[in-house]
Amino acid sequence: MESKERFILHVRDLHVEVRTKEGSFKLVEDINFGIKKGEILGLVGESGSGKTVTSMSILQLHDRKNIQVTGSITLHDRELNGLKNTEMRKIRGKDIAFIMQNPMNAFTPVFTIGHQFIETIQAHTSLNKKDARELAVDVMESVNLPEPEKLLKLYPFQLSGGMLQRVMIAMAACLKPSVIIADEPTTALDLHSQLLVLRLLEKIRLEHGTSILLISHDLGVISEMADHVIVMKHGKIVETANVLELFDNPQHEYTKKLLRTRPTLYSEKQPYTYTL
Amino acid sequence: MSLLQVKQVNLSFHSKRFFKGKDQPKVLKDISFDIQEGTCLGLIGTSGAGKSTLGRVILGIQRPDQGQVLFQGHDIYKADKHTRQKIRRDLQVVFQDSYSSVNPRMTAESIISEPLENYEKLTIEEQRRNVIELLERVGLSEKDLKKYPHQFSGGQLQRINIARAIALKPRLIVLDESVSSLDMVTQSLILQLLSDLKDDYGLAYLFITHDIKAAFSISDQIGMLEKGELLELYDSKDEFFASKHPVVKRLRDSVLSEHPRFRMIRTWENRV
Repeated sequence: MESKERFILHVRDLHVEVRTKEGSFKLVEDINFGIKKGEILGLVGESGSGKTVTSMSILQLHDRKNIQVTGSITLHDRELNGLKNTEMRKIRGKDIAFIMQNPMNAFTPVFTIGHQFIETIQAHTSLNKKDARELAVDVMESVNLPEPEKLLKLYPFQLSGGMLQRVMIAMAACLKPSVIIADEPTTALDLHSQLLVLRLLEKIRLEHGTSILLISHDLGVISEMADHVIVMKHGKIVETANVLELFDNPQHEYTKKLLRTRPTLYSEKQPYTYTL
Repeated sequence: MSLLQVKQVNLSFHSKRFFKGKDQPKVLKDISFDIQEGTCLGLIGTSGAGKSTLGRVILGIQRPDQGQVLFQGHDIYKADKHTRQKIRRDLQVVFQDSYSSVNPRMTAESIISEPLENYEKLTIEEQRRNVIELLERVGLSEKDLKKYPHQFSGGQLQRINIARAIALKPRLIVLDESVSSLDMVTQSLILQLLSDLKDDYGLAYLFITHDIKAAFSISDQIGMLEKGELLELYDSKDEFFASKHPVVKRLRDSVLSEHPRFRMIRTWENRV
């Protein structure tokens, strides 16, 4: 019971159902997990296994008319499920930040990055425009983005995907949220940008003690970042384990398959870097 | 004779402005390589390196400024109409985005039979038998004939794209990030399928990807492309790992660990 107190984000008995003309279908069921301060929880599963549905329920982003979310989602012991939209809007971005897979779609193409960055800051703080801009530049500098002043004047399509994803993370980090949900943050990026983005997430976690829910189907990302891992399949959690345990001694058939089928660079178990 | 010969291909995108700038960035610089029958050349590089543009040059969609692309000894940009038709039959492509590669209003059957209709004179029964055979070859079944693209998952739809590509028994398939958007399990299944097809039909592939793990799992030879230049060609993993080129080194260092014990970003020392 003692450890339960320390969960920053705690999800209990989460069920999500969608109502259609033909009846209702369960999207995810019996989801239970908690994330402690400064922890990274990895969420693995094939496409369609309910990873994104789970993360969207935490943010209450589902259409309430057709999708029913039952169970309890608490952030700092405050119940989020069923909260009014106006209340949720205060939480999104400030307490829980969300990083999406495709940074191109996350920004509006018609406004500059600076406009969107400052808008986000002003929505949650009482800073005036000048101070908000300063904060934006500070944050971007702290995450090693080159020439932040110039970047703020550009439009999203003028940046590469990797660059845009880093701006997105800077934006997510600038209000020092207690939880960041990163939904496949590096899937659309090439190897080197992937490394930069992951390093950045780790930096933010170290500096602010942010808890991160990291959704990915790439076991490399999970092996690099996570403390604990939950594996989902067909809307259910099939395995929960410490990251080392999961890689050394996978329990569920699906996890074993996942570990067995991934392409590997190294023919032996020992990685290349280790044999050097 | 090599199946495909690329000789000193150069390409830059011209700006449409009247006063052309003198320093037009070159997209492809002096690229030369060969692909032999039944082998796979993997082309790796970061985004913006010119991988896909090179793929388009080889497919005959993007005419290079200089240089030649010879397919079975014919220059594809100078060939006459008849030869071009023959080349198009032997040269197929599978793209990354399986959904946008098919017409959403066509059934799986009509998608796969389209190349057959264009090139083969088959009766309706023969054609259907052919399509069913192809579907089974790529791991789908007869009951998928009448389904529409939205009824398939990404992996299944990619199988349909592959079935369409192999329908005319081509010699070379350009795979432009064909497995990149699939999840790990599906990805390894498709890679397995591709390598089976390669062995069965003696297909040659140009496998364009940014995922070096996937590239190594299927390729006989790997080319490293960076900023429009083909830096080096490797015949094996060992050669790639032995390379001293700074770009290769950077890429190699970006490969994530395969076991949490060897992680490099979040080392076990600095925990909160």
